[in-house]
Parts: sequence; C-alpha cells; structure tokens
Amino acid sequence: MLKIDNLHASVENKAILKGLDLTVGPGEVHAIMGPNGSGKSTLGHVLAGRPGYSVTAGSAQLLGQDLLTLDTEERAHLGLFLAYQYPVEIPGVSNMEFLKASVDAVREHRNEAALDSVTFMKQAREACKAVDLDAAFLKRGVNEGFSGGEKKRNELMQMMLLAPKLCIMDETDSGLDIDALQVVANGINAMRSGERSFILVTHYQRLLNFIKPDRVHVLSGGRIVKSGDHSLALELEERGYAWLEDVA
Amino acid sequence: MSDFMQQALAAAARTAPAWLEPVQARGRDAWSKTALPTRKTEAWKYTSLQPLQQTFSAPATESARSPLDDIPLPALDGPTLVFADGHYRAELSHGELPAGLNLVRFADANSEQAARIAAALGSALQPGRHVFAPLNDATLADGVFLEVAANAHIDTPVHIAWLTTGQNESISITQRLLVCLAENSSATLVESFANTATGGTAFTNGITELLLARGAQLNHYRLHLEQGDAVHIGGVHARQEADSLLNGFHLALGSALKRIDLVVDHQGSGAHCALDGLYLPRGTETVDYHTCIEHAVPHCTSQERFRGIIADEATAVFNGRIHIHPQAQKTRAELSNKNLLTSNKAEINTKPELEIYADDVQCAHGATVAQLDPLALHYLRTRGVPREEAEVMLSYGFINELVEAIAQPAVQAFLKPLLARRFARDARLTRHIL
Ligand SMILES: Nc1ncnc2c1ncn2[C@@H]1O[C@H](COP(=O)(O)OP(=O)(O)O)[C@@H](O)[C@H]1O
Ligand SMILES: [Mg+2]
Repeated sequence: MLKIDNLHASVENKAILKGLDLTVGPGEVHAIMGPNGSGKSTLGHVLAGRPGYSVTAGSAQLLGQDLLTLDTEERAHLGLFLAYQYPVEIPGVSNMEFLKASVDAVREHRNEAALDSVTFMKQAREACKAVDLDAAFLKRGVNEGFSGGEKKRNELMQMMLLAPKLCIMDETDSGLDIDALQVVANGINAMRSGERSFILVTHYQRLLNFIKPDRVHVLSGGRIVKSGDHSLALELEERGYAWLEDVA
Repeated sequence: MSDFMQQALAAAARTAPAWLEPVQARGRDAWSKTALPTRKTEAWKYTSLQPLQQTFSAPATESARSPLDDIPLPALDGPTLVFADGHYRAELSHGELPAGLNLVRFADANSEQAARIAAALGSALQPGRHVFAPLNDATLADGVFLEVAANAHIDTPVHIAWLTTGQNESISITQRLLVCLAENSSATLVESFANTATGGTAFTNGITELLLARGAQLNHYRLHLEQGDAVHIGGVHARQEADSLLNGFHLALGSALKRIDLVVDHQGSGAHCALDGLYLPRGTETVDYHTCIEHAVPHCTSQERFRGIIADEATAVFNGRIHIHPQAQKTRAELSNKNLLTSNKAEINTKPELEIYADDVQCAHGATVAQLDPLALHYLRTRGVPREEAEVMLSYGFINELVEAIAQPAVQAFLKPLLARRFARDARLTRHIL
C-alpha cells in the first residue's frame, strides 16, 4: 500500500523529517506515536503535498505510484486521505458543495458515474449519522465555527464518503471525550477492510484499545526510532518516550 | 465647463415636457459652474475620468430599436418598465399596477403628477454630494416616478431596466428615478442596468432618489450589469424619515468605469438602513463605490457590508463615510468592507471615513484586503477537488454570504449563476455551486 524510504523533508528550510522509513501493507493499521514536534503532522502534510513542505531526499509510493511527483488532488484521486489535526475553516463554501465536489472528483477518477444529488444527499446524511453529526452541519460553511470535536467528526465523515485507500488520521482522537472517541473508533473500524490501510497518529493508547493496530511506531527527531506490536503502545504509556534513543 | 455634452444638452432641451424646463435650467446653470473632478479632488483620487474624454451625442430614438434579447435580466413577475438608450420601450414593458402603486413616466405625467414630481425631485440630493447631478438635471427629458400610497404594501417587485445598446458613436444617457413611499407603506424595487456588448461608449448618468416617509419600508436592488466600454456615473440618494427601513443590495460588475455614490440621510429618529454590496471588476475595469451615511438625528442605525473581488489588472475603490452629527446620540453604525485580490496587479483602495461628533454612539468599522487563502485551497485539493474548481469555489465563497442574504428569490436565482460563472472558465467548474 504505502512504502516510504529514507524520507527527508523540510519546512521553511528547517529539516524536520530526517530519513524516515515506513511500510504499510494492505488492510493494516499502523499507529504512530511520538513526542510533540517530532514531525508526525509533517509526515502527513508532506504525503499530501502541502505547499511549503519540501522533500529533500527519499521516496514515497502509494499503490506502486510515486506520490511525490503528483499534484495534491491526484494523490487524493489515487486514494490518499489525510484527516487533519487542525481542520481548515472555509467560510462561504458549504460543507455540502465541498463534499459533492470531492466525491464527484474522486469517483470520476475511478471511472464511476457522478452520484445524482438525491443519492449523494442520502449518503451524506448517513455519514453524518455514523459520526453523530447533525445533518444541519452539511449546510454550514466547511468547518466554520465547528467545535474541535465537530471538526474531527467532519473529517471522518469526509473520509467515509470518499472511501480512500490509505487514511492518515492525525490526532483525530485528541480533544474528544470518551463517547466521541467511541464514535470515531466505531467509524474507523467500520471502514476497515483488506483493501484499506490506516495510519493513526495518536498520543493516547486509549484509542488503540478500540482499534487494534498491527504495528506501533515511535517517530522521534524525524525518524522512526522504534517499532513494535500493540504492547509497545502500552509500554510508551507507562514509561514515556525518554528511554528511547534519538529522542529530541 | 467642458462641452463634451453639448449635443445631449441641446437634445434634452428639445424633447422635455415644459414643466421640466425649470429643472433643466437650474441644472444647466449649476453645471456651467461645475469643474470636472481631477485626481487631485479627494473624492476622485483613485478614479480617472479619462473615459469621458470624448464627445457624446444623445441617442436617436430609432437607434434604440435594436434587439435586446441577448441582455440577461432577472425574471420578475411585477410591473416592468424597460428603457433602451434612454427611450421608453412600451412593447417590452408590462404588468398591472397593484392598488396603491403609481408608476408614471415624467413624459406621461399629467399636470397634477408633474407638480408632485417637481416638488419632490432633487429634494434628497444634497448640494455638492454629487458632482454630476447638475448634468443629470440639465439633460433630464424623461424619468420614472414611483409612488406608493400610505399604508399600501406592494408585494410584487417593481422592475425598471435601463439598457444601452450597441451604437456606432458614443452616446450619453440620463437616467432618473424618483421614489416616494408614503407613511407606513412598503415596496420592493429592482433596478437593472445592462448593455449589449458592441459599439461606442455609452455614458450613463444615473440618479435614483428614494424618499421614505415615516414607517415606510423599501427593499431596493440596484444591479449594475453593464460590461465592456460602459461608463456609469451615478448614485442613489435616500432620505429616511422616522422609523423607516431601507434595505439596499448593490452589485457592480466591472466595465470601463463605474462610479456609484450611495448617500443615505437619516432625518427621522428610529430609521434604519442596511446596505449590502458586491463589486467584481476584472481586466482593466474600474469600479468605485462611495457610500455616505448621514446620521443627523438620534436613535438611527446603519449597517453596510461591501465585498469586492478584484481580478487581473482591475481597480476598485471603496470609500465608506459615516457622519454622525452632534445631536445624533444612540446611533449605531456598522461598516464592513472585505476585498479579495485574485492577481498581483489588481488594486483596491479602501477607506473608511468616520466623522463622529456625538459621544454616545456605537460605530464599528473594518476593512480587509486578502488573497485566496493558500491553506484553504490546499485543503480542498487534499479532498480531490481540482485546483481550478477549488479556486472558483473559494472566490464565489467570498461573496456567497451576501448572495444568500438576498431576500427576493427571483433576484437571487438570477444572480447566483451569473456571479458563480464570473469566476469560471466553463460550466463544469461551477456545477457544485449551482
Ligand atoms: N509551517 C511551519 N513552519 C515552520 N515550522 C514548522 C511548520 N510546521 C511545523 N513546523 C515545525 O516542524 C516540527 C515538527 O512539527 P509537527 O510535524 O507538527 O510535529 P508533531 O505533529 O509531531 O507534533 C516542529 O518543530 C514545528 O515547529
Ligand atoms: Mg501534530
């Protein structure tokens, strides 16, 4: 699914990722943990092609295609989805228009017919329901005035409608109460399949109680410094990151 | 005074009804003493009158027969008056007048109506507020008088379309509308200005006067859809008595030059006006809105929301003056002006101009200038929306709030696609907005 080799990337001439390797197989769930500022969000942004984030060395392939030479929208068409740690507010653009434009663009790329608006509305309402978001949010500006938790659920709703191949969830669990966390976890679990992989960026082992990861990695100083199974997350919760080599 | 309008002045004097002669004479006299503004004139600092450096003639009656089918206009079901090149076109005008509404052309006014028009005409125009007003008076041969009787509520919108057609020479057109709403009456008025794309410059000198008596309510739309070489210098001058309500929506697509002055004079306590406006110049077009709200008495409110999207090498000016007189305590005045520049060569000159002489007032104002938010653009693209479509969505999104706030459904239905397509190369790019 995803193969990252020796990835180096910088933001505003500051090196952030310094030789990151990561391979995620189809259907797998990987958790990435690590101290604040270690580059977890940067990894997601680099893979999504955010302006200002430049790759200085290394490679990243999604489904055998070189991600790094594609435009941002082409990466989405290929099946990449990044759920933002801090989703962007776009006043004036309705959530509904935005979702329909996204879904149509992605479907078009898969050679699927555009959904008629009735079918789309139905799907959008179902997705809202699945993430416990009132359908009234569809009419609002994209993330405009949403609370932190509502933004996270809006990201998840988009993910459900777009049915991507690789989902990177950047601290989707941060700031959620236990009920909301359960909703998010259920949503993710419902989407798991042999053809879809997940990278869960999280600080909290509690999310991993709901979603069993295949692998757990520690990102520190711009590299994966340790990998293991679920027990690594438990150990990190217990001991923090200081015992690991390379911790900044 | 320069003589670029000589022929139009002479033609107007020949065709006007006799009772307008004193108005014309007054106008000629004032115009002869008027100096055309230059870039040194503060209120014209950013706007050049270069497009007026040519000779304009009065359009011939027969030349106003050209087909008007290709001019898009809102489809409204109320009474409609159509003027082409300043001449009334009866065959394009239609609609029954509901009880309480009087709609009469100056040229058709009987002596009693003429007396009422003459008494009210110009009374909302403050001396010196409108440099071109004397020229409008001097060339005035026909106009429209819209009158609503006390306590009458006119639900169907009145539509007046002022069109200019392609002519071979540059023409000047005088537009004049006088609106009198008697006590506690209400009405909706749509003014559309539009043109066909060919021929010489059409210079429209337009003045709309709105007189709102105590408790009257007017929803007013003034849509400047003229494009290309069109020059429009004009404005709306409103006088509001106590507890009256004026809701204005103003739109200006760009053209060679548009300068619109909106002046609202609060003369009675409890009056409120809300003005929304959009201006969208592109290419090398210029749009200049000057608003001026006079708060002369206590307990009035005003709210202005103007947004501009300036593309290519276009220029826009927004000047929002709020004048709160010493006795106008408890005034609440809000002014917001937001601008989006979609190119490095686009220019906006925005200036709030506050003159506050009363101490117990609330006055909020803000002006912003921004470019398309790169992060918002990227976010849309991470969801698969192609860049070009994302740019259209963000541009339209910038004005969407004001479009959604349009109360008259037919006007909104007309403007939404027209505005969205303004930002898009082809219809595919607007399919998710419309
Ligand atoms: N836009 C930016 N400009 C400058 N520095 C940035 C920017 N974004 C992130 N950084 C820096 O990159 C480092 C990694 O940040 P980030 O990837 O957000 O960390 P994490 O998500 O692991 O907390 C931090 O030192 C942060 O300050
Ligand atoms: Mg982060």
